[in-house]
Amino acid sequence: MMVLAVESSGTVAAVAVANSDKLVGEFFLDHRRTHSQQLLPLLEGLLNSLDMELGDMDIFAVSNGPGSFTGLRIGISTVKALGQALDKPVVGVPTLDGLAYNLIPREGLICPIMDARREQVYTSIYRSGSSTHSIGAGLERLDEYMAIPVGALIEKLKAYNEPVLFNGDGVIPYWEIIREEMGEKAHRSSITHMMQRASSIACLALEMAHSGLTQNYMELVPFYLRKSQAEQKFGL
Amino acid sequence: MSYFDRMKDKIKNIEAKKEVIILGIETSCDETSAAVVRNGREVLGHKIASQIELHRKYGGVVPEIASRKHVEVINPLIDETVKEADIPLSEMDGIAVTYGPGLVGALLVGVATAKALAFGLETPLIGVHHIEGHISANYIVHKNLEPPFLCLVVSGGHSHLVGVMDYGRYEILGQTLDDAAGEAYDKIARTLKLGYPGGPVIDRLAQQGDPHFVEYPRPYIKDPHYNFSFSGLKTAVINHLHSMDQRGQKYRVEDIAASFQQAVVDVLVDKTIKAAEDTRSQRIVLAGGVAANSALKTQLGNRCREKGMELYYPTPLLCTDNGAMIASAGYYKLRRGLVSDLTLNAIPGLPLA
Repeated sequence: MMVLAVESSGTVAAVAVANSDKLVGEFFLDHRRTHSQQLLPLLEGLLNSLDMELGDMDIFAVSNGPGSFTGLRIGISTVKALGQALDKPVVGVPTLDGLAYNLIPREGLICPIMDARREQVYTSIYRSGSSTHSIGAGLERLDEYMAIPVGALIEKLKAYNEPVLFNGDGVIPYWEIIREEMGEKAHRSSITHMMQRASSIACLALEMAHSGLTQNYMELVPFYLRKSQAEQKFGL
Repeated sequence: MSYFDRMKDKIKNIEAKKEVIILGIETSCDETSAAVVRNGREVLGHKIASQIELHRKYGGVVPEIASRKHVEVINPLIDETVKEADIPLSEMDGIAVTYGPGLVGALLVGVATAKALAFGLETPLIGVHHIEGHISANYIVHKNLEPPFLCLVVSGGHSHLVGVMDYGRYEILGQTLDDAAGEAYDKIARTLKLGYPGGPVIDRLAQQGDPHFVEYPRPYIKDPHYNFSFSGLKTAVINHLHSMDQRGQKYRVEDIAASFQQAVVDVLVDKTIKAAEDTRSQRIVLAGGVAANSALKTQLGNRCREKGMELYYPTPLLCTDNGAMIASAGYYKLRRGLVSDLTLNAIPGLPLA
């Protein structure tokens, strides 16, 4: 089974092709936020480099949130239309699961944090190598997908009293606070595993497809996690 | 060979093709729309999903809500459209999409969808200017209409006097220097607590009012240029309402609506006729949401008759934002070999010429 995955939920624009045995190819840019212009040329470039066509793909996958509302819509609109044009199934992979996947296997906890503005982070808490595989690939999610202040996250993590490995673009603005509160228990990932990777989305999509979690292009929707500001103001 | 090179190859013989079928996609504001159009003139399938109800409680379009809705509805809408046309998606000769001007988040949904569809279907991608689309709506309604002609484009976001020299060749003769005509309608409707959108309700009330109850200012009407300004008129109406309210003076909303509308229509009609005379245009074409306004159509029609000019305007459905007009404009761009590459981006302030 061959999957083409797209990642545009944050500052990264990336595409990857993988099958059950290996990662076949991956293009990754974390340079300028011009996802609308970059994404399709990246995709075409990767396929050309691999001497492959869209028709060789069995599934199209996308990082479906949370993240930048606009970034999510660019990736999801792209993958929905690819599914529609080629009449192939699609998979929406939670962005935080993708980030956690970057860091397995790992003793202790894994905590991706994405800068969600307004002094909050998008986050959840994961454990690898667990016997109960709630996500697959040896990754278990221990909490909800959340948009919370980093202080609230630290309180949750302290209760586990275990080492925690962090990644995501929230590490940079919040590292000092985390380190101050958690001391030696807090670790940050290497730069190579810090940001969203299309390869992780591709691998999780394959796991999800094996569990029958593919969707029709009509069913795939962004997972915003937050309402629009107008809806929040109106208390809807 | 890249997708773009393959597409340029593919359209080399487009002139020889008897039937060219274009899928048009429009998501620049609060309407999601798709259409299948044959040879730029004949609508085979057309769907418009309006979001007006969704935005009404906010008193105007909320960009984030509009963008979210576009993502939800665009793909099934395209499916329904091709089903109505009874032509499979794989047989489209091109995918045309509005890439500006408009709300950037809303435009991006259409652009990303169109790009992936075009790439996935191995068919040309055609980026279309929203106003070019509005002008082209007339090609669908008036089968024999061809450039050159003078076009007045008036909508919630635009007020332009455009010389249409040829398909895709435009000269901007004049435009609004501040608010668009439709924008002024929306703001006056909000002040009068008539809800959103303002155009249709003011037009309806105006028919029962006295257009000369108050003589509001007619900005620039005597000036030699063809530019518009509706911000001053809007302020004059709002100030007038406030001063009547303060003095406890009663008034009929119908009279205010009629007087405001008369000022707008007077300016639009005078400037358009003047531009037509100066450029020796015998044909005047209306386009955009405000082209559905009854007073504008009637009064411009009367003046055209006096002057021996012909007036064309789209059906009310094709005055709103719609995919058919984008498909039509896309057809004429394709005929001229103007296809887009995969870097096509949404450009909120895209200029027409």
